[in-house]
Amino acid sequence: MSLALDLFTIVAVTLGAIFFLAGTVGLLRFPDTLTRLHALTKADNLGLGLVVLGLLPQTTAPFGWIGLIAVWLLALLSGATVGQLLAEAVRPPEWDQTRTPAASPDVPPNAPEASSHD
Amino acid sequence: MTSALVVDTALVLLVLGLALWITAARAAYGAAVGFVAYGLLLTIVWVRLAAVDVAMTEAALGSGLTGLLLLGAAARLAPYEAAEYQRRPGLGLRVLVGVLCAALAAGLAAVVLLLPDPAPSQALAVAAHLPATGLGNPVTGVLMAYRAVDTLLESVVLVPALIGVWSLSTEMAWGGRPGFLTPWRSGSALPLLARVLPPFGILVGIHLVWAGADDPGGKFQGAAVLAAMWILVMVAGLREPPRVSDRLMRFLLVIGPLCFIGIGAAGIRLAGAFLAYPEAYAKPLILAIEVGLTISVTAVLGLLLAGPPAPEPQYQRQSRRRS
Amino acid sequence: MSGTTLFGLCAAALVGLGLYGLICQPGALRKILAFNLIGSGVFLLFGVIAQRGGGVLALAGTGRDGDPVPQALVITGLVVAFAATAIAVTLLVRLAETSARGTLEGDEPPPPAPSGERRP
Repeated sequence: MSLALDLFTIVAVTLGAIFFLAGTVGLLRFPDTLTRLHALTKADNLGLGLVVLGLLPQTTAPFGWIGLIAVWLLALLSGATVGQLLAEAVRPPEWDQTRTPAASPDVPPNAPEASSHD
Repeated sequence: MTSALVVDTALVLLVLGLALWITAARAAYGAAVGFVAYGLLLTIVWVRLAAVDVAMTEAALGSGLTGLLLLGAAARLAPYEAAEYQRRPGLGLRVLVGVLCAALAAGLAAVVLLLPDPAPSQALAVAAHLPATGLGNPVTGVLMAYRAVDTLLESVVLVPALIGVWSLSTEMAWGGRPGFLTPWRSGSALPLLARVLPPFGILVGIHLVWAGADDPGGKFQGAAVLAAMWILVMVAGLREPPRVSDRLMRFLLVIGPLCFIGIGAAGIRLAGAFLAYPEAYAKPLILAIEVGLTISVTAVLGLLLAGPPAPEPQYQRQSRRRS
Repeated sequence: MSGTTLFGLCAAALVGLGLYGLICQPGALRKILAFNLIGSGVFLLFGVIAQRGGGVLALAGTGRDGDPVPQALVITGLVVAFAATAIAVTLLVRLAETSARGTLEGDEPPPPAPSGERRP
């Protein structure tokens, strides 16, 4: 049983490492920011997910697996947010024509209104 | 060569490579990005040195909050950078400085190689006296009991640092809201993160403070996480930073040092020395100081990043920042 | 050579690199970055000393290794270093806002001369 679990860990962590390698190669080789972001977030989501999955059978602490899964979920959340922010920052200006300026309902009413767009 | 040494060598090469990049990069923004990655690698080095408490502080403060501070400054100072670059010293002078700095590094390296063996250490004394404090984490024991004066002075010195930052405001802006953290107003990804993450972040921060008595963690690490959550909410534009004239905020800034000094002074009567704890109540008193310091350090760290008060119109004009 | 010694040599190199950047970089923000490099190198030296000092704990048979005294000093040092960096950065931004430059040089604005001739 423990041999099978160890084998599972080795296979899953190795697969995760391959995803990280592929993501890094993509980061270095892809031509523009949006495609690089795609490579990077794939490495984060799947690579880290596989590494966490592989480490789950190896936890000895009680409820240690909750911590591992929480790390993965937090990395997913922050990776998705950073991906959105970076993509927004590099978006070509002509794409903005299709968006209405008031399309962000999340702006709270108490924040000061900004009018300047650069 | 063992496998651990191979990993350590790779780690050291990565750290030195990033340090070279920070020194040599053409743009300050790129150097600041490098500094964040450098801080995260240093965190792994601290774990390898069996200093998990320091690793947490380095990740939260040295990499995270310092990185945000430097990135914001680099974005603000970018217009002046081309003129700076022309003021670089000439090649001959740079080579001379490089040789002298290499000599200094070599001297330090020689010191490292010639350190006495066995190393002098207070570790056994700390381990022997730790049960008297009721704590399980020796680092917290050192911070709160054996070297409590250091920790007291450090928590006090944070307040003058904040006063120094606030003093750099213009006369007109005094009493207003800090102006460094201009809210992001494009898209909804960051406001969503600022709504979803803080409940978990606050839980983690409080857990770090509570667990710091017996396990790695403590008030500085917890306060850094809590301050990061506050800054996230401010950057996302969900809440404005408080006015520097806010009395409640000012009270929170000093409650930790006041608590520390008060309990320390009570120690003169109860235990015979300033900052000594009566043995029966050592752990509750230390926990009380930790909670007070957590509140104050969180407020100071967040407000140090929020910068000096800015005039209101400028605060609104700069509300969209891109680099 | 042990890993601890290796990290000590790394710390020595970091201090040297940071000092070079502090002297040779013209921009004040780059000087702040270089100063933080020196600081992290010094902290890392502390960490190496803490790790070596923990050897007595391992000999005495207790579980933890690492001397807690230098570690606690480094934690206080990191917090104070952050506060100092915050003050330095705020001063610099204020300087740039009032005088439109990001260096600590004299009063006149830099001439558009080719690089490599001016010395501080």
